[in-house]
Amino acid sequence: MSTRLKSGGRLIDRSAPLDFTFNGKRLRGCAGDTLASALLANDQMLLGRSFKYHRPRGLVASGAEEPNALVNLGQGARLEPNQRTTTTELFDGLEARSQNHWPSLDFDVGVVNNYAARLLPGGFYYKTFIHPRAAWKHFFEPIIRHSAGLGSAPKDRDADRYEQAYAFCDLLIVGGGVAGLQAALVAGRAGARVWLVEQTAHWGGRAPVDGDVVGGMPAADWVEAAVLELSAMDNVTLRLRCMAAGSYDHGYVLLDEKLADHTPGDGRPRHRLWRMRVGKILAATGAIERPLSFAGNDIPGVMLAGAVRDYAVNWAVSPGDRTVVVTNNDDAYRTAIVLKEAGLEVAAVIDARNIANGPLPERARALGIRVETGRAIARVKGGKRVEAVEICQQAGEGAASTTLSCDAVAMSGGWSPVVHLWSHCGGKLIWDESEAMFRPDATRPPLHADGTAMVLCAGAANGALRQAVADADAQVKIALQALGFEAESEEVPAHDVADESALEPVWIMPQGAGIALRSKMWLDFQNDVKVSDVQLAAREGYESVEHTKRYTTLGMATDQGKLSNINGLAVLADSLNAQIPQVGTTTFRPPYTPVPLGALAGEARGEIFQPLRKTPMHDWHQQNGAYFEPVGHWRRPYCFQRPGETPEQAVHREVKNTREALGLLDASTLGKIIVKGPDAGRFLDMLYTGVMSTLPIGKCRYGLMCNEQGFLSDDGVVARIDADTWLCHTTSGGADRIHAWMEDWLQCEWWDWQVFTANVTEQYAQVAVVGPNARKLLESLGGMDVSKEALPFMHWADGTLGGFACRVYRISFSGELSYEIAVPASQGAAFWALLHKAGAAFGAMPYGTEALHVMRAEKGFIMIGDETDGTIIPQDLGLDWAISKKKPDYLGKRGQERSFLANPDRWKLVGFETLDGSVIEDGAYIPEHGVNANNQRRVQGRVTSTYHSPTLGRGIAMGLLRQGPARMGEVVEFTRMDGGVTPARVVDPVFFDKDGEKQNV
Amino acid sequence: MSDPVSALQGASYDGFAQLREIGPLGMITLRAKAGTPGLEAAVQAATGCAMPQMRRIVRQGPCAAGWMSPDELLLILPYADVAGALARIGEALQGQHHLAVDVSDARAVFRIEGAKADQVLRKLSPVDFDRLEPNELRRSRAAQVAAAFWAEEGGFTLVCFRSVAGYVMGLLSVSARPGAEL
Repeated sequence: MSTRLKSGGRLIDRSAPLDFTFNGKRLRGCAGDTLASALLANDQMLLGRSFKYHRPRGLVASGAEEPNALVNLGQGARLEPNQRTTTTELFDGLEARSQNHWPSLDFDVGVVNNYAARLLPGGFYYKTFIHPRAAWKHFFEPIIRHSAGLGSAPKDRDADRYEQAYAFCDLLIVGGGVAGLQAALVAGRAGARVWLVEQTAHWGGRAPVDGDVVGGMPAADWVEAAVLELSAMDNVTLRLRCMAAGSYDHGYVLLDEKLADHTPGDGRPRHRLWRMRVGKILAATGAIERPLSFAGNDIPGVMLAGAVRDYAVNWAVSPGDRTVVVTNNDDAYRTAIVLKEAGLEVAAVIDARNIANGPLPERARALGIRVETGRAIARVKGGKRVEAVEICQQAGEGAASTTLSCDAVAMSGGWSPVVHLWSHCGGKLIWDESEAMFRPDATRPPLHADGTAMVLCAGAANGALRQAVADADAQVKIALQALGFEAESEEVPAHDVADESALEPVWIMPQGAGIALRSKMWLDFQNDVKVSDVQLAAREGYESVEHTKRYTTLGMATDQGKLSNINGLAVLADSLNAQIPQVGTTTFRPPYTPVPLGALAGEARGEIFQPLRKTPMHDWHQQNGAYFEPVGHWRRPYCFQRPGETPEQAVHREVKNTREALGLLDASTLGKIIVKGPDAGRFLDMLYTGVMSTLPIGKCRYGLMCNEQGFLSDDGVVARIDADTWLCHTTSGGADRIHAWMEDWLQCEWWDWQVFTANVTEQYAQVAVVGPNARKLLESLGGMDVSKEALPFMHWADGTLGGFACRVYRISFSGELSYEIAVPASQGAAFWALLHKAGAAFGAMPYGTEALHVMRAEKGFIMIGDETDGTIIPQDLGLDWAISKKKPDYLGKRGQERSFLANPDRWKLVGFETLDGSVIEDGAYIPEHGVNANNQRRVQGRVTSTYHSPTLGRGIAMGLLRQGPARMGEVVEFTRMDGGVTPARVVDPVFFDKDGEKQNV
Repeated sequence: MSDPVSALQGASYDGFAQLREIGPLGMITLRAKAGTPGLEAAVQAATGCAMPQMRRIVRQGPCAAGWMSPDELLLILPYADVAGALARIGEALQGQHHLAVDVSDARAVFRIEGAKADQVLRKLSPVDFDRLEPNELRRSRAAQVAAAFWAEEGGFTLVCFRSVAGYVMGLLSVSARPGAEL
């Protein structure tokens, strides 16, 4: 059984017990435990079920590479699935539940898949669900989706908060082991701005566990001294629990800092995502041990040798009383020695090599440990935990000669450098024959903006498995030199580790294993990919490692192949009779370990999910029943609901009131751009289809803007302010875009034209005072002459109204007598309130955007975004009158002359009147007979604006119809969602006051 | 005429840094090419400030002049002085191509104060605050919106557009919440 040892445990504090639950069972650990070590200390060996076959799963590893021991952590608003127990720090009250089983962990129905394993080979899904075609969408996919996934998805809103922060440094060192610490010391002393980040809660990495001696002292002491020195340096930032998720072009790095994972609910952000820009990255990310592929290597109790050592040394936990160590290298002997010295039994070291006589094997033998060379594990016996192993010759086919009873197996297939940060941006790897591993190829690094190496690897991550400190020292000096810093010439601390003799690559154990054994050799523990699956894929023609990955799902689990990748591709290479470097690795992609979506969203949630633009009158709207709609990032009142009213009823009331008495509209969102300079007139003549240079001072003119292709882009009223100043109104959503468009032309194309622009949209609050009583209201306020004579239609004037300095435009988008009044934004709320107070006597009511839309549609005015969609030219909308025929050029003129746009057959704007007075459905088409080349029903037009007109008491619509204006009086049919049609007569798009008498009074 | 009101009417928040909306503040956007005759005199007449160097802001009593782009300056002055300053600019740049407009009401201005004020902004703006120089005017963004800021008097002054004042206040407050020190 696994248990807590009586003494030891460098990371735990036995005096601080912590209570937690696993599947409701109350358990106890202590401060410093990970959830994994605490579970193991409580003899909880079975932790979950595998993805496909639902086989029992226990811990394999002790760190970020763990594929099996994932749990649902927390509950309700703090539930998070797929949490790695090995990287979860234990806290008091932690609640964990195992995943991927039903009805219980110990008795799981899904395990029948295990017995049907022959029916679920690699590529099973592709082969099985391809026919019939429709069945995938409607039958297979829903079932697979239901059974897929490991943990349960959180359903509540996340109770935690997250944030992001930006940081900059010369050198980012990733990994707080002895290599990273040495690099930080050198860089810190050289005066560089350094960040040193470590994903776990402890500095030092493996060296203290492995008994390394650094600088003449035990590694743990050296680590402590190094951290002390670094902490005192102002130019060095140290961060624990901070994982470098990915490196990106130009020195951009994302780091995920776990602030409160281990102290939930303490009010701090749970995670912080650092967005860093760095001069160089030094990846001292260490190495990950490889499993060995023998039959039954997935049975709970089979663990990596390094992990067994970690549990024993760091947390004083023994995975078993009697352990078999199986290896192809000397390093695993350290585990045997540690266990033996902790008073535990080591049944034997099974060494696949024929000779093992380095210092470590010799020391093991001296401790009385039985060492069997040239041997292999034929199979592991046991179900929910290891019971025994059968021993055979590595060179043979797996005929067992001995059975050793044991309750744990510590395996080691050698170590692979963690090269993710090196590889994310294209750093290349070379195959190291002697260590049987891929390591960074320093001649082909990922490149920074200046063409130099962006990432350097140091220590074990660089392939220096035994001389990490010296390698880090050398690498950081290369980095510092490239950054322009001079490293002090200090002696490199000696890094003493036992000599190790060469390992022997072992990809299958035993070498000649038959199909029965190979079908039980797990490569990817979480996704249930076995040696036989990869071999099958190779036989079926999947020669590319990327294809094999997707076909078999090798390395696609949440650990992203940290354990399975190298073993899998070695098996693939063997099956293809190719060399491992020829097969290569799959692509390393960020993040290194999963980053919560909350951290990626950062502060952008709730009220500040996105910027909400508010006019100065926004608060008034909110207090007066506004039903808002988004317009760009603005929120504009769609209508103002009165108690008991539906929005539709409110809109009808607002339209009628405006037409009959007085409406007030908050038009502040309207874009306002000042254009000034000797060439301003010429500039505007290029931007607008009409002529603006001739506009007399004091007058307004409606204008259209097109893009270079000729398509209508924006519209609005332009006012001539003085000899060289114009004010251009744009649509509400278009102000920033049109301002940028103007600057683009001025800065990039017509840089020699003397024109300046300024976007003053937000400087002004603007109110449309609309309706037959509009003038009466303004006259009651007093201050300036707003009579027809003093301020005719399409004129503007400066003055005061009710004591407010303002500019008044006589323009109308409703067809009514209308004034648009601009006052400084800081006066907007007060002016708006005054209009309502004084307007009450004249029947004033606020109206929203929908009433505005209905009224402009009654008048046949087009709306950018309704009548236009990026494929419409002004001529389509009958706006030829707004296009100057005399000007030699304007933006879009050439485009509009292209044959398709000049085609008389184009769909053109007309009005539609339903025969029965009903309202045509939004987005309805006008079909015609026959089908097109895609076998789709042919169409001849569509509706663009359709409303119930309260003024006329029936449905009105505008739309585009092939040769529309030539077909007045014709009846066409619009589609309906229920399959029927709505017949409508083609009419003039101006439904109301065709002569414009009302606006001109 | 009623009293001008700022977008948030002086809202404030005390977290690990102190935030408050200030203003209304007088602001003028002055556009003219560098070297335009009379430009220095115009800036002097409006604010009493010398011409700011590239990416710098010059402070003079309640006034300031900031460099916004090769042909744009931000002039800051008491709200009530804007009309007079615009007239003086017009005189100084008589006959020269330029554009001077009142943008006082188009903006919202915040103060972020306290020993950790920089940490609030480090969460929102991709700016290297360790390298932010004295009197440096930085045009950047605060999360999703445009913002400009500079360090002065034990904190930072941040300018954004008026319509997003509430959003920016929300950003600053969330970032300054106790327990979220960097």
